Amino acid sequence: MYNAKAVIFGILIFVGLCASPFWASFIGRDYKSTDIVLPKNEKNCIEDADFMRSQHMRLLNEWRDEALRNENRVYTALDGKKWVISLQNTCLKCHNSYEDFCQKCHVANSVYPYCWTCHIIPKGGK
Amino acid sequence: MNKSRRSFLKTAGISAFALSSGIAEPANEAYAKLAPGRYTRGETALTAKRWAMVVLTREFKTPQDYEPLIKACHSAHNVPDIAGRQNIKWLWLDAYAHVFPDDMNSHLDEYTRAASYPLLCNHCSNPPCVRVCPTQATYKMEDGIVAMDYHRCIGCRFCMAGCPYGARSFNFMDPRPHLANPAPNPTFPTRMSGVVEKCTFCAERLAVGRFPACVEASDGRLLFGDLENPSSDVRKALANNYSIRRKPSIGTQPGVYYII
Ligand code: HEC
Ligand code: HEC
Ligand code: HEC
Repeated sequence: MYNAKAVIFGILIFVGLCASPFWASFIGRDYKSTDIVLPKNEKNCIEDADFMRSQHMRLLNEWRDEALRNENRVYTALDGKKWVISLQNTCLKCHNSYEDFCQKCHVANSVYPYCWTCHIIPKGGK
Repeated sequence: MNKSRRSFLKTAGISAFALSSGIAEPANEAYAKLAPGRYTRGETALTAKRWAMVVLTREFKTPQDYEPLIKACHSAHNVPDIAGRQNIKWLWLDAYAHVFPDDMNSHLDEYTRAASYPLLCNHCSNPPCVRVCPTQATYKMEDGIVAMDYHRCIGCRFCMAGCPYGARSFNFMDPRPHLANPAPNPTFPTRMSGVVEKCTFCAERLAVGRFPACVEASDGRLLFGDLENPSSDVRKALANNYSIRRKPSIGTQPGVYYII
């Protein structure tokens, strides 16, 4: 091959650069918690924590449609507990600091829900 | 491929049966629902086949008599008071000539002509606003209430053009600066600029067993009940008095009746 040394060296550098995110993860930071503050005097969320973590936005969607379109304003969870369907009065009653819970995790994930232009974050938390 | 006409018809028939008989239903349901729990009405919820309101207009002597009703409604729903033509109104007053233009004549008695009448969404049986809404942000519920889903409203204002009663208001600006701080009712959302809003017959209060805010504040001068139930207050009042509705000739079938 003509000028083999330089070509192979070049290819190695190219592959190395392409894989740089992979190498960076070795020296990168560890998983960082979002420091969300969980409610102190409650043990369980409405459904189990995994479901809430991954599906709460879709649950809220469904709550909204059921409450406003089908007039079903009570949600009976899997464990039989009944909850009044309300974003600001139910979710934020336990998660009483919006900033230390919802917002912390959302900012870390670059999610910016627009709900609070209308829904009112209860006072007391902030 | 050699499918006979007979075997084609057989398959088609069986498919049509499966689709229409509900055998294929469970698949749809699993797709539609996300949460593992169940959705129901509250135990104390008030229900009806057709909610309706009757206004006993003779019981109100002056426009000031309506003030507590308007205040109750607007503070329960965080309705702002904005000076000028961009105000938001759920419950408001107007003169006979504007409210009942069809019934106006030049020799109407002075009392009827000069009085103020309360106006609100008529919750029509044939709501034109629902027909024109391109996003189904406004819709008629099972119990006759014409409801709003503010989340879906794109602010096109077709519904305002469609409503013959002027019952809808557009938020030309953010309502919050025009409300007290904290909001009059911190448990109910406000709206934002760019959405349309109107009276919802207090669906959120009916759901917890309470009558609408204006009815509660009216000392029995607004009646509220099920139009399909012959022994309800509204049906009794309508059976015993002469009542009129707004612009009956256009066929919207309003759910708000006025006893003059
Ligand atoms: C344009 C204003 C507006 C915005 C923006 C908005 N909402 Fe709402 N929302 C309302 C109003 C008004 C109600 C009606 C409350 C009622 O009838 O009880 C409501 C009701 C709901 C309900 C059902 C009952 C209740 O009181 O909570 C849910 C759930 C809900 N919204 C979730 C959301 C979520 C999640 C977002 C953000 C993605 C959001 N909303 C954004 C105005 C808004
Ligand atoms: C009864 C009080 C209560 C209510 C009401 C409640 N939560 Fe929770 N929530 C909790 C508790 C306690 C946890 C922690 C559960 C755990 O770690 O097992 C939690 C956990 C969560 C998590 C997961 C956090 C994590 O660990 O990553 C999310 C997301 C969440 N809630 C959202 C919501 C939303 C949205 C609503 C309203 C639909 C709601 N919660 C209503 C008490 C509540
Ligand atoms: C554990 C982290 C976490 C917590 C805690 C959390 N969220 Fe979220 N939330 C997310 C993530 C991640 C998304 C985006 C998911 C996506 O886009 O698929 C999201 C999305 C949403 C959305 C939809 C936003 C949109 O624009 O579609 C709403 C509404 C929402 N969250 C409400 C809440 C509320 C209310 C709370 C507090 C009670 C809360 N979340 C707490 C992680 C969290």
